[in-house]
Amino acid sequence: MGDRAAVPGSSTTGAGPARANLRVSVWRGGAAGDYQSFEVPRQPSQTVLDVVTYIQRELDPTLAYRFACRVGMCGSCAMTVNGKARWTCRTHVDKVAADGALELRPLANLPVVRDLVADMREFFDKWARARGQFAPKTTREQPFARIDPRSRQRREADAAIECIGCGVCYASCDVVTWNRDYLGPAALNRAWTLVNDPRDGAQRQRLEAVATDAGCHACHTMMTCTELCPKNLSPTRSIAGLKRASLRLLLGGGGE
Amino acid sequence: MKAHRGHPAWWAFLVHRLSGIALSIFLPAHFYVLSLALRGDDRLDRFLSWSRQPLVIAGEWVIVICLAAHLAGGARLLALEFLPWRNWQKTLAALAAGFAVAAGLAFALAR
Amino acid sequence: MIARRETLLWAVQRATAVVLAFCVLVHLATIIYAVRTGLSASAILGRTQGSFAWGAFYGVFVIAVAVHAALGMRVIAAEWLRMKGPVAEIFAAGFAVLLAAMGLRAVMAVVAA
Repeated sequence: MGDRAAVPGSSTTGAGPARANLRVSVWRGGAAGDYQSFEVPRQPSQTVLDVVTYIQRELDPTLAYRFACRVGMCGSCAMTVNGKARWTCRTHVDKVAADGALELRPLANLPVVRDLVADMREFFDKWARARGQFAPKTTREQPFARIDPRSRQRREADAAIECIGCGVCYASCDVVTWNRDYLGPAALNRAWTLVNDPRDGAQRQRLEAVATDAGCHACHTMMTCTELCPKNLSPTRSIAGLKRASLRLLLGGGGE
Repeated sequence: MKAHRGHPAWWAFLVHRLSGIALSIFLPAHFYVLSLALRGDDRLDRFLSWSRQPLVIAGEWVIVICLAAHLAGGARLLALEFLPWRNWQKTLAALAAGFAVAAGLAFALAR
Repeated sequence: MIARRETLLWAVQRATAVVLAFCVLVHLATIIYAVRTGLSASAILGRTQGSFAWGAFYGVFVIAVAVHAALGMRVIAAEWLRMKGPVAEIFAAGFAVLLAAMGLRAVMAVVAA
């Protein structure tokens, strides 16, 4: 941690011009609440997570927020920054608050626990409802499965497998907003990786779980999920695959 | 507008939905006018002369654009859902928009 | 089974879309041609009256659009008009019947000799 400015507004390293303070508007409360304003000194290479941490440690210890790894691996720090869902640890202040103003809210489409913390339970419940869990067909008594990493199915699964469940896509999806039952991009994306896993034994049940009007067929290809995914995944692509897979099941092919 | 909206694929969705709604409202009226022919040529003719007003002509042009836009957007969706995935969907959206504009121009020039 | 029905409706929506893509291209070309050569009742009816081909074409067009538009409105009813499941279904079905009835009547109007 570098030197902290003794006087707000002065440069920490002396190497650049003095910067004005950031004006940060932070959501306080639950579903009902209001914004509270803070002034936070600007630092070089400052991230939004640095800003929130500064507020909680130096200005108001009652602020509730989430983070864990702080290096862009866990997805815990996701929240709404100036209207867009982002990872705060990977969002440089210079990039989103050129005019020095930041507005911070918890992730949209989810109930608010308190301040900047969203209740992720429905996100993960839908993951389970979409049968986003691996269902083994074999036991340890049988030989290893042989999966060619270059096979079409494995490449499809690999293209979608890196999801860490941060919730940015779910928070940004208009269909989630309009259809409270919609399973959402992350859950469907995960289901697609399993549809492409020949080792999985719940193919039919999974397709039946996702091909509902609150499932893949509710996706309107708006692609906000794909635009905003911090891992550059494309849930839209996965969901298109689920649509085709459900059609194959309908036409009598599909399943195992 | 909410910050997560406004990117190309989102506009493609909105145009597709709004044009669909516009066409759904237009169609019953269109069918009614055509059925005027059942009651003899002159009722249809009277409607057709009434429809030469600038406002109606402009409205027709809007509907033709809506039709072309909805078709182009729909073709884009069919490509995205059924063809192997390509990452250049933005190009598809632009092509769709281009088609709609071309159709509108053709109609406007023909009028 | 919800999944079966929803997948079927989705597939029908896409299938009618393909049919309509063809019909709309023909229709757009016809409109542009008709508008150039003069839009009057006699001009239009002169082309369509007594024509089995036009009758068949527009008949298919009408049925496809009635199904396609109704399925689209079903989704909009649920997402934007806040209609609950069965209400949206009835709304959509009613819309399909309306379009099909009015449309087929219009086809008869311009094709009947």
